[in-house]
Amino acid sequence: MSLITPDFGLLFWMTLIFGIVFFVLAKFGFPVILGMVNKRADRIETSLRQAEEADRQLKEMAEEQKRMIEEARREQARILNEAAASGEKLIQEAKEQAKAQTSAMIEQAREEIRIEQDTARRQIADEVTGLAIEVAEKLVRGHLDTAEKQSALIDKMIEEARANRNPVN
Amino acid sequence: MHRIKTILLLLALLLPFTASATEHDAPSKPGELDMESYIFGHIGDAYEWHITTVNGHHISIPLPCIVIDDGLHVFLSNHIEESGYTLNENGKLVNAATGKRPVDLSITKNACSLILSSILLLVMVLGTARWYKRHDVLKEAPRGFPGLMEMLITMVVDDIIKEGVGEDYERYAPYLLTAFFFIFLNNLLGIVPFFPGGANLTGNIAVTLFLAMCTFLAVNLFGNKHYYKDIFWPEVPTWLKVPVPLMPLIEIIGMFTKPFSLMVRLFANILAGHIMLLGVVAVIFLTAELGPALNGSMTVISVLFGVFMDILELLVAFIQAYVFTMLSSVFIGLSRQKPEHEKQLETSK
Repeated sequence: MSLITPDFGLLFWMTLIFGIVFFVLAKFGFPVILGMVNKRADRIETSLRQAEEADRQLKEMAEEQKRMIEEARREQARILNEAAASGEKLIQEAKEQAKAQTSAMIEQAREEIRIEQDTARRQIADEVTGLAIEVAEKLVRGHLDTAEKQSALIDKMIEEARANRNPVN
Repeated sequence: MHRIKTILLLLALLLPFTASATEHDAPSKPGELDMESYIFGHIGDAYEWHITTVNGHHISIPLPCIVIDDGLHVFLSNHIEESGYTLNENGKLVNAATGKRPVDLSITKNACSLILSSILLLVMVLGTARWYKRHDVLKEAPRGFPGLMEMLITMVVDDIIKEGVGEDYERYAPYLLTAFFFIFLNNLLGIVPFFPGGANLTGNIAVTLFLAMCTFLAVNLFGNKHYYKDIFWPEVPTWLKVPVPLMPLIEIIGMFTKPFSLMVRLFANILAGHIMLLGVVAVIFLTAELGPALNGSMTVISVLFGVFMDILELLVAFIQAYVFTMLSSVFIGLSRQKPEHEKQLETSK
């Protein structure tokens, strides 16, 4: 069968041509392409790694940012709280001071009122005493406007004095 | 499965031809199809490149015949008779006077197709390489044809060669890539029904023999000592090796059956594809005398089935190139494999 008998001529040409093709492609064809493809693959790999690194850094920075914002917020809250507390304290203090002052003023006013009252009372008492003396004077003067009346009173007084002394003897 | 089908088909198609070979000399009626010359004219080799036949007149490209008989003779294939040569019953050149076969180095149809496809292959690969030289590969990826080539090359390297050969795959990559593209391109050109395609190059035993031989050399020239130890002193009970070297003998046969299977697989698959397509087309002409109705319906069926076969052959063209490269890689990888314990030693160092 000629179909399954290798033809010498074709084998010869095949050896020659395939040899040349293989030599040329192995020298100038595939190594060039493979080298470039590998180069690009390496590049892609490094780029990927770099991108990953950048992504990681970005994430870290975002994390940091978030952390800082959180911290700032906490700080803000703390300051606000503090301000509120100190404000309250101030108000409280002011209130207390005002209270104290008020009570002091009230106390003083009371003291003054008391002093005034005392003075007034003393004055009233003095006045009443003077009035009483005046009234008494006027009364006495009315009773003793005549000699008889005077002598009668003297008598009565002596009598009274005697009566008072006798029981003691 | 495909191989079984192939063999059955080969047998089925070849049997009638051998049977009819005796009545070959009888001139066929005009208009009747001579199946043997039809099929073998397409799948076999020839000294001229037959393009078409118009009104019984053959139009072919004459190719140079180169013979070494009593000195070198070069003549065109349409001057065979004048140069003192004639074709024997197998269609080979013989000396008209002595009837002996000279050393025949003719540029036959297959050789011519081989030259054309090799030039095409060189242009394809070197063109791609030139694209890489002219462009900054770090800035842009190839588009269009170089992109397609790159895809194929990286596919072959990553999926086949790296997987099969193992660590020093780069040393074998040029050969395996050349083999892959050579087989793939010639398979595809074989499906193209008109010039410059149509030659049955990868379905020719000489071509597949050479390719298998290359793989055989790549496997056996660079095999390491474990590979040869496994062949000549495999780790089997001693009575299998001495006094009758049974296992070494089997292993040595195995050395040759591997490339032999490569050779036959590619040859038979491509040849079977061609024969099947030719058979499907031949149905149209074989049913010509059965009347227009039957012939018309058979033509429709034949064309539809032919389209299906053509698409299948496209697939086979790729698969066979893939399989040849993959098995070559695996055989090379096996010849360079190191035993497990030695690998562990190396990694622990």
